[in-house]
Amino acid sequence: MIELKDVAKAFNGNEVLKGVSATLKKGETNLIIGGSGTGKSVLLKCIIGLIKPDRGQILYDGRDFYRCDDEEKQAIRREMGVLFQGGALFDSKTVEQNVRFPLDMLTNQSEAEKQERVQFCLQRVGLEKAGDRMPSEISGGMKKRVGIARAIVMNPKYLFCDEPNSGLDPLTAVKIDELIQEITEEFQITTLVITHDMNSVMEIGKNVIFLYKGLKLWEGDNTTLTHTNVPELNEFIFANKLLRDQAPKGLS
Amino acid sequence: MVTIGKYFVFLGYLFTRREKLSVYWRRFMEEAVNIGVNSVFIVSIVSTFIGAVSCIQTAYNLVSPFIPVSTVALIVRDMEILELAPTITCIVLAGKVGSNIAGELGTMRITEQVDALEVMGINSASYLVLPKVVAAMVTFPMLVILAAFLGILGGYLAGTLTGVITPKDYVLGIRDAFVPYNIFFMCVKPFVFGFLISTISSYQGYYTKGGALEVGQSSTQAVTNSCIAILVADYLLAQLFL
Repeated sequence: MIELKDVAKAFNGNEVLKGVSATLKKGETNLIIGGSGTGKSVLLKCIIGLIKPDRGQILYDGRDFYRCDDEEKQAIRREMGVLFQGGALFDSKTVEQNVRFPLDMLTNQSEAEKQERVQFCLQRVGLEKAGDRMPSEISGGMKKRVGIARAIVMNPKYLFCDEPNSGLDPLTAVKIDELIQEITEEFQITTLVITHDMNSVMEIGKNVIFLYKGLKLWEGDNTTLTHTNVPELNEFIFANKLLRDQAPKGLS
Repeated sequence: MVTIGKYFVFLGYLFTRREKLSVYWRRFMEEAVNIGVNSVFIVSIVSTFIGAVSCIQTAYNLVSPFIPVSTVALIVRDMEILELAPTITCIVLAGKVGSNIAGELGTMRITEQVDALEVMGINSASYLVLPKVVAAMVTFPMLVILAAFLGILGGYLAGTLTGVITPKDYVLGIRDAFVPYNIFFMCVKPFVFGFLISTISSYQGYYTKGGALEVGQSSTQAVTNSCIAILVADYLLAQLFL
């Protein structure tokens, strides 16, 4: 479980996050949604330790990430798996080397153990035959799947996905969503997905947090999402034509 | 001043939270090939022609009957050892290696590969940059020794093939009044220049913000700043060592 307590961040006097508090539940796919520029990515970067918030706390199972010592911080980092928006695969390494990289760097496992683990992860994302290919030789969807394989290779307790569906066709996007959902439930991971894709929200949104201008305006699940009286959320959701017929009167 | 301060803080990062030694060894070997071995061709071409041109132009200017012809070879040798091989080679390397380092790190930054390393708990600066710095400091002196040899050889070929100087006079000239200390000085320069080029270029690339345009700007800035640093350091080293 990850708890966010009053997380705030400003850049050059511009407040991007204005005190966001939320609880990301274990074994569930937690989604943060919102339009462009609402602070979703900044919040994610604060959570994974790439940007230090100006105030607030981020608790990983009770451990305050920004107040613990370096050793504990490293331990928390090693429990994280992150899927970046573009995959962030290392260009100079093959798919297999990319997935294997955290094991080489952070563990003392034997060659056989590493090989077994890498094959398991590649198999889990359906890429067992693509190990020898370079990132430049695979499609966007495959890159995301390699990114997921690399994110889960260390058996993470926390999985973070930044716009996992951006740039993908709807079919591939659904497959990625399903994969994230399955992995979350299978390994009982605390998963956080940053997205503005409503299909993803309706598909896997067990715990949805809506950000608007740096504030959390709403929290709930995908079954109650379309029946709220938050005008900003309704405006965001029903911008999608496919959902417009479910909109409350006066909005569509 | 802020930039210079940030540059020194960046240098500090290279030595904090280090990874396993075996990781650095592997990375060092990769970078030694990228930076050193892959530069042999351009260094060979440039130094051979510079040596050849130096010989012809020196002979052109030395027309006095009181100066022995072998002096041409002596001047070529000293020019190569003291200035042309270390400084010109490193300026060429600033263009080739410096832009490559800045471009590589800049691209890794904007495609979130650097962030990926950081969230894994790896010191990205140390993992990516330190092996480049060490590889440059080790391979640049080797490249400069090669450049000096090829420069003197280029002078020999140009001088003897055009009849400006006989082979015997050339060999006599390059052996005349030889100061071994100059070889030491020649090797110190690329050691320092290698450090400057690799750290300045890495700094420019590592802190790239934006997109493809900014990566290009970082590469240009890396080469420009490296060349200025080389020239300033060249002067300071000459004052210090000679």
